Amino acid sequence: MAINTDKNSYTILFAVIMVVVVGSILAGFASGLKPLVKANEKYEKQQNILYAMNVNDNEGDGDVTFIPTDKVEDVFNTYIKKQLVIQGDKVTEDPEAFLIDLKKEETKAKDDSYERRLPLFVGEKDGKEIYVMPVRGKGLWDAIWGFVAVDKSMTIQGVYFDHKGETPGLGAEIKQRYFMDDFTGESFLNGNAFEGINVAKGNNDPKNTNTDDNAVDALAGATITGDGVTAMLRKDVRLYVPYFQKLNQ
Amino acid sequence: MGLLSKKDSKLILDPLADDNPITIQVLGICSALAITAQLKPSIVMAVSVIFVLGVGNVVISLMRNIIPSKIRIIVQLIVVATLVIIVDQVLKAFAYELSKELSVFIGLIITNCIIMGRFEAFALGNGPWRSFLDGIGNAAGYGLILIIVGFFRELLGSGTLFGFQVMGDPVEKTGLYAIGYENNGFMVLPPMALIVVGLIIWVQRSRNKELIEEN
Repeated sequence: MAINTDKNSYTILFAVIMVVVVGSILAGFASGLKPLVKANEKYEKQQNILYAMNVNDNEGDGDVTFIPTDKVEDVFNTYIKKQLVIQGDKVTEDPEAFLIDLKKEETKAKDDSYERRLPLFVGEKDGKEIYVMPVRGKGLWDAIWGFVAVDKSMTIQGVYFDHKGETPGLGAEIKQRYFMDDFTGESFLNGNAFEGINVAKGNNDPKNTNTDDNAVDALAGATITGDGVTAMLRKDVRLYVPYFQKLNQ
Repeated sequence: MGLLSKKDSKLILDPLADDNPITIQVLGICSALAITAQLKPSIVMAVSVIFVLGVGNVVISLMRNIIPSKIRIIVQLIVVATLVIIVDQVLKAFAYELSKELSVFIGLIITNCIIMGRFEAFALGNGPWRSFLDGIGNAAGYGLILIIVGFFRELLGSGTLFGFQVMGDPVEKTGLYAIGYENNGFMVLPPMALIVVGLIIWVQRSRNKELIEEN
């Protein structure tokens, strides 16, 4: 071929054309697949919320098994009665509450004049009202997040945790049932004051038989992730305390 | 193989065994350690790399006469990156669970030295068809080792294959567990992947003495 590929002008032209072509291919792909990706993210959130409420396909002591994605939308609508957004004293119903980005809200809330929006999912299971709160915090390497389901008295009905990049076999175990199941029955309150849940070393209560101590067993080798869970619950669940106080008046 | 000439079929078959990218050339080790704790991600990773390397080799080969040599590495990188992003997006759209499991490692295909290695060593100097075969062959050789390692690590580490309990139930103590068998938790951790790869290299070299280097 007669092209002189060593010329600078050719090199620059080649680079420009390449970038434009590649850019449009990728943009096409991204926008074409976006609805599918968004739907997947939504189903995942719904699965997580339902899981925290103990609506799942778990068998015995087996692994975490969610409601299958093709059914989750219907199941979600059956169990979740209301999606609320709490902003200061204002409580509004918003069917898209689960789209609220906790990370963005947290950043905005650093400005004192901004009243943070708090999503709350009110569901009903076995005739009992259950309130599911999303939480988000920091693990050892990256973000951790989850959903906490409580009843009116802030006693935990179930939790779901997930993480972005905790160490496999150590911190990553926070999404295993043997860790998450321990939270059930613990209360966020100590007397009438908010205390949170401690992921505590030396708690020495593997089956969590004592549900009055505001503590669950930590994971061996995952101290910082465990502390992250403690801090995350303390920081985010505390925000809902005024709402629950009003509810119980 | 009536379809392929002898020379062409060598391109596919050699990397599967005597010129395997992992066990002989020792390339692409880090992803082989990271994602082989279970069989399913190993297979998805293998398929993804076969796609990226097969298509990438063809694209590079088609462009081999017009790529300015000054920026050829960057051009190669862009081609890999584009293909990898496409794989990532497709997985996110159609196999969301799996894409979460593989998370960052799909993105890291970009840094897999097998890919840049084949672009540079083969696709830049050969026609599209031969490059395609070479890409498929090398990626399959890589994938084969991933699947072998994934098979043993999942079987011995978790007692499952594709998530099914093939050894019985460790909690209920049925099957093999009834006679005192225990899962080896160490198999789930990355160092054991290296040891399994080492064992494969040992077996391979003891079967074919020609592969043993003289020092």
